[in-house]
Amino acid sequence: MKLLKLVPDNTNIDFMKVRNIALILSILVTVASLALVGIRGLNLGVDFIGGQVVRTTFAQPVGIEDLRSRVDALDVGEASIQEFGDGKTYQIRLPRPDGPESQAAAITGKVRTMLQTNYPGVTVGAAEAVSGKVSDELARDGFLAITLAMLGVAIYIWFRFEWQFGVGALVTLGHDVALILGFFALTQLQVDLNIVAAFLAVVGYSLNDTVVIYDRIRENLRKYRKMQIVPMLNLSLNETLSRTIVTSGSIMLALATLLIFGPDVIFGLTAAILLGTFIGTYSSIYISAPILVWLGIKPDSFLKVEDKAPNLAGSDGAVV
Amino acid sequence: MFDLPRWKIWGIFLAIALGIAFAIPSFFPKSQVATWPSFVPRTQIALGLDLAGGSQLLLEADLADAEKQRLAAMEDSVSQELRRAPRIQAGDISTSGGRINFILRDPTQLDAAVERLRTLTAGVGLTGTRTWNVSTADGNRVIMTPTPEGAQQAVKDAMTVARDVVRRRIDPSGTREVTVINQGANRILVQVPGVDDPEALKRLIGQTARLEFKLVDQRADQNQVAQGRAPAGSQVLPMIDGSGAIAVQRRAMVSGENVSQATQAFDQQTGAPVVTIRFDTAGARRFARATTENVNKPFAIILDNKVLSAPNINEPIIGGTAQISGNFTVETASELAVALSSGKLPVKLDVIEERTVSAELGRDSIEKGLIASAAAVLAVMIFMIVTYGRFGVYANIALLVNAFMILAIMGIFGSALTLPGIAGFVLTIGAAVDANVLINERIREEQKRGRKLLDAIDTGYKEASTAIFDANITNTIAAALMWYFGSGPVRGFAIVLLIGIITSVFTAVNFTRLLVALWVRAKRPRELHI
Repeated sequence: MKLLKLVPDNTNIDFMKVRNIALILSILVTVASLALVGIRGLNLGVDFIGGQVVRTTFAQPVGIEDLRSRVDALDVGEASIQEFGDGKTYQIRLPRPDGPESQAAAITGKVRTMLQTNYPGVTVGAAEAVSGKVSDELARDGFLAITLAMLGVAIYIWFRFEWQFGVGALVTLGHDVALILGFFALTQLQVDLNIVAAFLAVVGYSLNDTVVIYDRIRENLRKYRKMQIVPMLNLSLNETLSRTIVTSGSIMLALATLLIFGPDVIFGLTAAILLGTFIGTYSSIYISAPILVWLGIKPDSFLKVEDKAPNLAGSDGAVV
Repeated sequence: MFDLPRWKIWGIFLAIALGIAFAIPSFFPKSQVATWPSFVPRTQIALGLDLAGGSQLLLEADLADAEKQRLAAMEDSVSQELRRAPRIQAGDISTSGGRINFILRDPTQLDAAVERLRTLTAGVGLTGTRTWNVSTADGNRVIMTPTPEGAQQAVKDAMTVARDVVRRRIDPSGTREVTVINQGANRILVQVPGVDDPEALKRLIGQTARLEFKLVDQRADQNQVAQGRAPAGSQVLPMIDGSGAIAVQRRAMVSGENVSQATQAFDQQTGAPVVTIRFDTAGARRFARATTENVNKPFAIILDNKVLSAPNINEPIIGGTAQISGNFTVETASELAVALSSGKLPVKLDVIEERTVSAELGRDSIEKGLIASAAAVLAVMIFMIVTYGRFGVYANIALLVNAFMILAIMGIFGSALTLPGIAGFVLTIGAAVDANVLINERIREEQKRGRKLLDAIDTGYKEASTAIFDANITNTIAAALMWYFGSGPVRGFAIVLLIGIITSVFTAVNFTRLLVALWVRAKRPRELHI
């Protein structure tokens, strides 16, 4: 059987040649993403800003105006009502109420009762009420989880490799997270607690990718002492290219399947991870490796201190 | 690496066999699994509410209210303690500013008073810090201040009681699969599968169910009561139906603590729903005495400081039972009965978060989630075979085993599978593949460099291991932080990821190595297409 080879043997792509272009591109896209978040904002769900959401399906098609007037009559704040396709399924979203914290849950009760009395045969598919206190905590916890996960792994990499690698991983992760944020600002897909899981998955995957490449760089740094840093990085990237493509390919294949056939409820989550896998793959090649050049990684970075001394003294360093 | 000791081979197969055995029950309906013999594993993976349908409520205790109640209770104890013989005469007790404060009529009794009140302030835990500080001022004033340790302990005790009360209210028969757990210092998380209209739950939990029987104060002037003023020793309470207010004596004849049983019933004359309660011995005695002494006077039945009804005492009630009427429907009457028999909540609980998913939506999600997961696994498996041939097949066997082991471990630890968990599962499948990709690519490389097959395989496994190790440790760190700081769906995702990382290293590295070794031993291959 002839086996599939996505990447031909002995590739010799000069990734590092375009490193400055890639850098400028990445900076531009990152800035654009952050600007987009600033201008359009994120469509934050009730998890993070508090409020109520009721997803409901009616037995017969119902006019949106009819539904709106009935919700308005409850006097529970300005409702945003979204229709899904058939005129039978709606999502009613209500703002965070004033007053005591338990108000949020009381309002979903009101909406539910209103639906059940006015529309026979209605089913409430899902209802969520998050009070202001809880949503503030969820937002804080989500932010903490992402930030600390990034810092935690960067510190680990610093210990296992060198400080340049830790910084490189952190910058790469920052880039990936910024781009996903930009994606949510652009599409206005709802950002809820599930999406925090998506961010963390992206952080995890992107790191996985970066670490595999770093691992090879470290190995080659030890192996080819006399090689210049740029060709050495190119060599490492080419050697790991096949693995990068196969792994990213299979993960994206799995995620694409989930995106197409999976439940609507996790569409945003899957889309974010899928995009993150792509961005993570790009950034581990074009950001995490080149950054080592700018941070001044040297071929002797992984030598023991006593071995370094003759190098620093200017001898040819061709030891072993 | 090809001469694995026998114990290692058996060890790996044993772990895998156990994994599969513990995963299998998850594929059968619960009712069927329950009939299996007891030596067969019956662990099933639990479904999160987003997949099973149900309600989740996060309750928060009103701590200000709890502290107020604690203060009121201490005020009661203090006045009782001072009345004990020899009586210590004290002025009005004030409870402003969170402290208890009063003046003694006779300053020479100051030391005696302090001594006596100290007995009310028990120590907390091992440190023995007092629950209240008793201090004096101006030579005749006693001040009692709650200590932080005491307040903390009180909240802790109250939350434990509250949790049990909530559980009894939601699940009086103790047969449903409800989850009621304390969360943080002052919260309770309630999960009830299968209930997608939580209104009744909220009503049940929302009432403190502090039941009291108090005599109506007939001295009170109706006009003054309407303005909210009552004679000394009495208080004004609103009627529950909003039809005005009524003055009752502060002192309760009997209270809910003395209720031993409460059931919903119907009034024999009117046929209206009522709640019948039975008092314990002490309660029955007190109720009998109070009703004997006050025949033909009205008394008020009070629930959570609202008057349900104020009937006349027509004759002494000595049987130890009483009937509570008050505009009930059958539903509200049985709710009150449940609330009363479960005991009163020591602290008021507010619903601060509510999530419900209907069973239909849950079913729909799980169907789609399963189909998608299966399709994802299949796609990856085909991809692996066309890329790595025989070693791809090994990777696939490992992949399947990995999926079983994740199910088994989640079943054993009772962690629930949620929708984000399914995404985590798919991601784990992808990551598990990565370990085999790393190994296989390395073998390819080593072969290209001219190594002999066995040598190449050996080196491939060895050299790939550092990358696999580092990649998995970083992922573990990320998943652990996710689990620690995250909540709800984030945790559901992190759990699957954490378990998946561990099982995938085992199956993708150890198990495939065993498969390769067995193949090498049996076939003595000279070449391998990879």
